Amino acid sequence: MGLRRGLKLPDSEIAVHNLKHHFADLEQQKATSTFGMWLFLVTEIMFFGGMFAAYLVYRLSYYNAWVAGSQTMEIRLGATNTAVLICSSLTMVMAVHFAKLGNRKLTALCLILTLALGFSFLGVKAVEYHGHWVHHEVPGPNFHFEHEGNYDPRQVAMFFSLYFAMTGMHALHMIIGAGLLTWLLIANARGRFSTEYNSPVEIVGLYWHFVDLVWIYLFPLLYLISHHHNG
Amino acid sequence: METASPSEAKTNYLNADYGIKSWLLTTDHKRIAILYLGSITAFFFLGGFFAMLIRLELLTPAGDLVLADTYNKLFTMHGVVMIFLFLIPSVPAVFGNFLVPMMVGAKDLAFPKLNLASWYIYMIGAGFILYAIVTGGLDTGWTFYTPYSTTYSNTNVISAAIGVFIVGFSSIFTGLNIIVTVHRMRAPGLTWRRLPLFVWAHYATSVIMVLGTPVLAITIVLVALERLFHFGIFDARLGGDPLLFQHLFWFYSHPAVYIMILPSMGVISEVIACFSRKRVFGYDFIAMSSIAIAVLGFLVWAHHMFVAGISVYAAMIFSMLTFFVAIPSAVKVFNWTATLYKGSITFETPMLYVFAFIGLFTIGGLTGIFLGAVGLDVHVHDTYFVVAHFHYVMVGGGVTGFMCALHFWWPKMTGKMYPEAFARLSAVLVFIGFNLTFFPQFLLGYMGMPRRYHAYPPEFQVLNVLSTAGASILAAGFLMPMIYFVWSLRYGKDAGPNPYRAAGLEWMTASPPPTFNFDETPVVTWEAYNYDEIDAPDHGTQKGVEVAG
Amino acid sequence: MWSNLPLFPARASTMAGHVDALYFFLVAMAAFFTALIAVLILFFALRYRKSRSPQATQIHGSTALELLWTGIPLGIVMIIFVWSSVIFFMQTRPPKGAMEIYCVGKQWMWKFQHPEGQREINELHVPAGRDVRMVMTSQDVIHDFFVPAFRIKADVLPGRYTSTWFHATVPGRYHLFCSQYCGTNHSAMVGEMVVMEPADYDRWAAGGVDGSLASAGEKSFQQYGCSMCHRAEAAGRGPNLVGVFGRPVLLDDGRAVTADESYVRESILNPGAKIVSGFKNIMPTFQGQLSEEEVIGLVAYIKALGNGTANLPALVSEPNSGTYPVAPKAESSAAKSDQTAAPAKPATQSIPVHPAARQ
Repeated sequence: MGLRRGLKLPDSEIAVHNLKHHFADLEQQKATSTFGMWLFLVTEIMFFGGMFAAYLVYRLSYYNAWVAGSQTMEIRLGATNTAVLICSSLTMVMAVHFAKLGNRKLTALCLILTLALGFSFLGVKAVEYHGHWVHHEVPGPNFHFEHEGNYDPRQVAMFFSLYFAMTGMHALHMIIGAGLLTWLLIANARGRFSTEYNSPVEIVGLYWHFVDLVWIYLFPLLYLISHHHNG
Repeated sequence: METASPSEAKTNYLNADYGIKSWLLTTDHKRIAILYLGSITAFFFLGGFFAMLIRLELLTPAGDLVLADTYNKLFTMHGVVMIFLFLIPSVPAVFGNFLVPMMVGAKDLAFPKLNLASWYIYMIGAGFILYAIVTGGLDTGWTFYTPYSTTYSNTNVISAAIGVFIVGFSSIFTGLNIIVTVHRMRAPGLTWRRLPLFVWAHYATSVIMVLGTPVLAITIVLVALERLFHFGIFDARLGGDPLLFQHLFWFYSHPAVYIMILPSMGVISEVIACFSRKRVFGYDFIAMSSIAIAVLGFLVWAHHMFVAGISVYAAMIFSMLTFFVAIPSAVKVFNWTATLYKGSITFETPMLYVFAFIGLFTIGGLTGIFLGAVGLDVHVHDTYFVVAHFHYVMVGGGVTGFMCALHFWWPKMTGKMYPEAFARLSAVLVFIGFNLTFFPQFLLGYMGMPRRYHAYPPEFQVLNVLSTAGASILAAGFLMPMIYFVWSLRYGKDAGPNPYRAAGLEWMTASPPPTFNFDETPVVTWEAYNYDEIDAPDHGTQKGVEVAG
Repeated sequence: MWSNLPLFPARASTMAGHVDALYFFLVAMAAFFTALIAVLILFFALRYRKSRSPQATQIHGSTALELLWTGIPLGIVMIIFVWSSVIFFMQTRPPKGAMEIYCVGKQWMWKFQHPEGQREINELHVPAGRDVRMVMTSQDVIHDFFVPAFRIKADVLPGRYTSTWFHATVPGRYHLFCSQYCGTNHSAMVGEMVVMEPADYDRWAAGGVDGSLASAGEKSFQQYGCSMCHRAEAAGRGPNLVGVFGRPVLLDDGRAVTADESYVRESILNPGAKIVSGFKNIMPTFQGQLSEEEVIGLVAYIKALGNGTANLPALVSEPNSGTYPVAPKAESSAAKSDQTAAPAKPATQSIPVHPAARQ
């Protein structure tokens, strides 16, 4: 943030110091940065959208295979992860709140909680991926699928391909989010934020909520395809 | 307001700081634009080199200059380099970067560091593509159709795919920067309807960049995953669908062509107004047509797939939408023509490029109608008719617009004038050479010569020879500016702030501009293209309009 | 004289004239508008050049003109849309009773099979004066079947059948090009359409030494054990295939699909995808065991079963015995089978026809 290491500024000067030269005032800067992040999230929607489109196209054609693949998902793990992410969004909101209040300690606490929840999500995901590997559900030479149902095994492989692509891309975004949270933690510890200047926390919050939202779509689409519903 | 004589050594963005580090770590949008100018020029000539080899091979019906595999790599790399490394960044990353902040009266783009990152991302992506070229090449066509690219090709698909993926993010970040700048950083008094049409064009282009490029990114990721792990998403033998690739690919790549033309259209609006000394006819309609093209451009992608195996009804819907998207472009051409009416016209080099653009883009756009007519497309799809069409719009339109911009704003960017006589000559050479190269290809296409053919039946030779002859003239036309622009840096006449007495905030500051563009933030109270005030006898000095020194 | 100018290829099919007519209209329209713009620009540039027009007149615009030059082009392109759609419908709707020729594209050659049994590579003999429908698939990557003189083109895809049709008019030899880039020898994947007088063609076709495509299919039908389950007798574990081709089929999930070439091909290679109502998902897949040519033969045979020009082979051995029938004889026992399946008689185990499609 352009500040020399170890240099601590009084709160009243933090805002002024962080005003970039090409902005007229802090308000314009904040509005601009926030707008920028919203626009970036729109591009992320398009990015994930391609995979959602592929998923949708194949689900319509290969419904039985989709049901068979979905049945192997561990709903408890998926639901746990969903709860974990929703909680992490809550802790993120609280971090933003405390940052706005200028409370460095509580901001740090909430950021740490968010990070911890994020890591536990990734941990559960790792357990699930390991399970899929052990059960020969990873497409490739190791793939072998034998369950009840009227399906073509190749189509089930397609389900798993999309499963790994979509959740893998999501996990990658979570890791990037963890990196951003770590950066916030460091900046916060160095006293970079104040009641007037705290937009980075809010902007990273936007990103984090988006990644959470993607999972909230992924969970039902991948884990909850009912085999009782016909077509 | 600059009143100092340009011959005084004033601090400007070029001499404000010296050394490689000051350029490689700059956040000044103008320096970043120059960095892009250097890169894209280099890639233009690389792509042009591949084109030269292609045309040389096609002089004779037999495949006797290069091996079939080499030829396939040549046309692939020509496409990849020209589209991803030259055309898509060209006008937006050079002139959009340089001018949009100035035209809205800002000191820089919204996110200057992101702007620099864009250039580095572009260079890294280009590095991967160059690596792919140098270590054996790519032969899938720039369109990467599956399952050839995912299963059968033996070339550097993955490294090229990574390169394209990375370069896409450069595009996304540039577009994001421009949109946010236009929304949030306009000078006081500068309402949307007072913006130059160049800004409207770049805004529309940026919307496409931001919405469309991510889809290409994920598509190319899936291609790479498939090639590495044989997931089977696009492979029929594994239960996948090759047509899914085409839908995903063209969903970006069709709007991409509007990324390549809209900025040039913005250039034309600026230049035609200046050299007719009047406001553009139908400003609102031209602005709205840019937005309409951006929106409609997302709805027509499957017109690349009429014979690919889509249903008859899908084909009809996309055909109808394709006809709709042609209309806003036609509206622009009519408005530009009407701008000339009762103007006061002079024929400096940028104006010659304007005329060339309108003529060549009209032909290119009209032949798009041929292709949108499904019944006719069945015959001409994947023939040289398509090749001719897209070169007319991309080169006759896009590149001509780029050359027009380069000549018009060169004095602003460098403070120097180029030699007018040589510039006019090269404009004429480009026009003649271009038509001679590509018009015969319409005929070749209707006669049935397919695209991407290394060797062809003898009856197609005469037209191919004409085309190659034209290409050599075109090459000369493009090489000359390289020489005289570089010459002008040392020996060119000092340009002064506004050699063309043009309207626009960028002309109200020095040439070259100071690092922060304006000494004071302008307050805008006038309409765009206020040539009546600029040309009024009292020179309108109260508005701070500069008169050429 | 005009035929020497490279304006259009030979017109050798009924479509050529239609496509050319639209093309020339578009050329005229494009020439007109290009000339209009060019003339206006030249005229304005000269008339209003600075020496003759020292002062520009500022004009904001004219809504009337905008509407005019939006509306007129819109009207013109809509006319073009309707015209080209009519042509497209003609191009994609082969007339009934068209003769079928099967095509397999592979890197880098075209393989053709006539129903009478003739096989050709890269060169295809067809009769003039008859409707011909090409049913095509690819063994590897996407190719494209393009005959400029006929003004036809269709991509040839792996894993699927695509089709195009033509009615050749003028005997002669015409270029066949692959026009979807397919690798190293894409430009060498060319051939010739040899259009013959109908009588010449009939003589040529009859001179083949191989049996007809459908009889080759019948051989495959037995060789691969299909006749074990797909029989006319009630004990068949699979649907009776007589009279099925071209008719609607009721599936176990309530959908009805038409039993066309694609359906037959999918049923052989991916039988689990669609299960006929009343049957179990027990058919093994033949993916990887059959070449595209063998699949085409089976398709032709089932088509012949559908229109009564072929019969099921009689089984010499008992079902469930695990041995293949020894001597295939086209017994009239097949005539006893219920050729027009009716849902009211499930005991015959024939494929249920969708109620809405009963003749």
